[in-house]
Amino acid sequence: METLTSDIKVVAKPEGLEGTGFFATSLDKVVGLARKNSIWPLPFATSCCGIEFMATMAAHYDLARFGSERLSFSPRQADLLMVMGTIAKKMGPVLRQVYEQMAEPRWVIAVGACASSGGIFDTYSVLQGIDRIIPVDVYVPGCPPRPEQIIDGILHIQRLVETESLRRRDSQEYKDMLNKYGIE
Amino acid sequence: MNLVTETFKNTNPTLPGEENYSTLNLGPTHPATHGIFQNVMTMDGERIVRSEPTIGYIHRAFEKIAERRPYYQITPLTDRLNYCSAPINNIGWHMTVEKLIQADIPKRIQYLRVILMELARVTDHLICNSVLAVDTGALTGFIYLFEYRELAYEIYEEVCGARLTTNMGRIGGFERDFTPAAWSKLEKFLKGFPIALKEFEKLIMRNRIFMDRTIGVGEITAKDALNYSFSGPNLRATGVDYDVRVMNPYSSYQDFDFKIPVGENGDTYDRFMVRQREMWESLSIIRQAIDKLPEGPFHATIPKHYLPPKEEVYNNMEALIYHFKIVMGESDVPKGEVYHCVEGANGELGFYLISDGGRTPYRLQFRRPCFIYYQAYPEMIKGSTISDAILTMSSMNVIAGELDA
Amino acid sequence: MTDLATDRTVSFLNEKFGDAILGQETQYDFHVVTVMPSHLIDILKELYSNPEFSYQYLTTLAGIHYPLDQKMAVMYQLHSLTSNQRLRIKIYISDDQPTAPSITSIFKAANWLERETYDFYGIVFEGHPDLRRILNVDDMIFFPMRKEFPLEDQTREDKEDEMFGR
Repeated sequence: METLTSDIKVVAKPEGLEGTGFFATSLDKVVGLARKNSIWPLPFATSCCGIEFMATMAAHYDLARFGSERLSFSPRQADLLMVMGTIAKKMGPVLRQVYEQMAEPRWVIAVGACASSGGIFDTYSVLQGIDRIIPVDVYVPGCPPRPEQIIDGILHIQRLVETESLRRRDSQEYKDMLNKYGIE
Repeated sequence: MNLVTETFKNTNPTLPGEENYSTLNLGPTHPATHGIFQNVMTMDGERIVRSEPTIGYIHRAFEKIAERRPYYQITPLTDRLNYCSAPINNIGWHMTVEKLIQADIPKRIQYLRVILMELARVTDHLICNSVLAVDTGALTGFIYLFEYRELAYEIYEEVCGARLTTNMGRIGGFERDFTPAAWSKLEKFLKGFPIALKEFEKLIMRNRIFMDRTIGVGEITAKDALNYSFSGPNLRATGVDYDVRVMNPYSSYQDFDFKIPVGENGDTYDRFMVRQREMWESLSIIRQAIDKLPEGPFHATIPKHYLPPKEEVYNNMEALIYHFKIVMGESDVPKGEVYHCVEGANGELGFYLISDGGRTPYRLQFRRPCFIYYQAYPEMIKGSTISDAILTMSSMNVIAGELDA
Repeated sequence: MTDLATDRTVSFLNEKFGDAILGQETQYDFHVVTVMPSHLIDILKELYSNPEFSYQYLTTLAGIHYPLDQKMAVMYQLHSLTSNQRLRIKIYISDDQPTAPSITSIFKAANWLERETYDFYGIVFEGHPDLRRILNVDDMIFFPMRKEFPLEDQTREDKEDEMFGR
């Protein structure tokens, strides 16, 4: 009987000291590995980029391959805030409140031109970029970005998650950045 | 106390007689609302007594932007109205401008436009129906049907280059004729999609759970619907057979033979069924258009608004001047006001354009069907439970881009 | 959309309402009738209930600002589904503190359309059950679609106007 071989790549183990019955590595490598492959995104889909997100989550460009199978619509349980679409000034306080309700560690990805910088809507009612109210980690340009670009943005986030120091959220630099936005 | 809670309190005062009722905020960010709009509901236990919708969370001031842009630059704005079926918006806008400049559009272009508009209608209805099924808990239908939306995206890419916000066509026709790859992909779609749609129907249409959840939910009578100016599938589900393609035919729709599906009760199941049947009719229209497609040019002869080919621009003085004027947005447009409507996926999508002879419109109003029929939502959900309210909203196909503009 | 039947509507209106009809014209394929604001509701009620015309469907309602004439206009577009006729009715009001009668008693669809026109132009519709802003933020003090109001947000500092051709 043939053994079934699968071409699904499983995550490689980090560098470490190995022996019978034990594996020693540094904590942040293990934590980074675990966090990176199990990001729970919060899709904050407002407009057209939301439909491209639906296409990214559907079967053709499956986002669940990268660990984001479970979308969390509650900010308390989410890791990654994906802001997709135009944020109007009326929506700004709502976005801010959702961001504040997320627990650390949290990352933000701005998908689309409207979320990154206001996009084609340079008007009185559109917030010119969400980085005016919340700190953003990765920007994905496009109007709307192709699903491959959105996945590329998620892979960048994964790289950030993997290499982040465990003490970053308590550091003074991070606290100063949050203070700049007025978030405690 | 933050801004959101303050606004919540101010927009939802407790009316006398409602002291014992609780308030539930179906907020702007909610997994089940497809788009961002808020509903503050006053509930008596499980039943909704009153609901107060708030929209405008994605108001992007399209009408003001349109007063600043030349006519061909407004097409990308119209994309973002009902972004699930962008070609219909684009072609509707081009037809409005062609009506203003009184351009004569050859038959081939009209048939090609019909093919694209019906394809867009199919993709919009398939999102609405599959997401309605998702809201009742059936995720499979969505995953199956979305594959065909990907194929439709490939067809759009062959025609205009973009997937979702297409900016399709030009004033006076198309920028290039359909490539052989576009025709073969269209054939693949027409061969494969009916099979998937039949599977979806077998799964959902006569499913006990689905029918129990949607029959009798969110009803509206035909009289009320007409008074609220419903149009499109929502109106046809109540029994009124008003379809702009038949009442005011445009782009050679009178050459095609299709039926208008009509419901009886105006409830969620009827809306689902009307959209389902409309998808079949649209597939038949696309097939008829491909079979009867006449030969001809892929653009009208309107040198003032349609870019001349590059060889002529380099060699011919007139073509150079036309090219310059069009690109700079200084083409001559007659004065006047014009209204043109097309049958969008949600209903009568109208463009009211006032031109004062300048390079940009003086006033452009989009008659957005979603905005007009969403007013009836509080009345439709009075007395129902939250789950019914969610299904009613899903079945009405409310797209936030069209609601707020 | 223009043909004998709509001509009949216009002549009927001229006969019945005489001096309330201030003007009429034909724009592309629509008959446009300008009426006095005070008689608007009577005219619409008559068109609604008269069985020969029965304009019972309100297609759209829009506001228009003419700063050079110091006027604002409100345009109503009606559609009779039984006879497939469309008609456009316009009223002109002054630019300064504009008011107009509300037609929500005849067409429920006018509720949000009038709120939108109020939000954009500041036209106060008398008799409207709930006139407040709908699309813009509630605490905005100006009316954005008026011609003197700029499109861009004046407080933004990251977009330089010279680079954008303004």
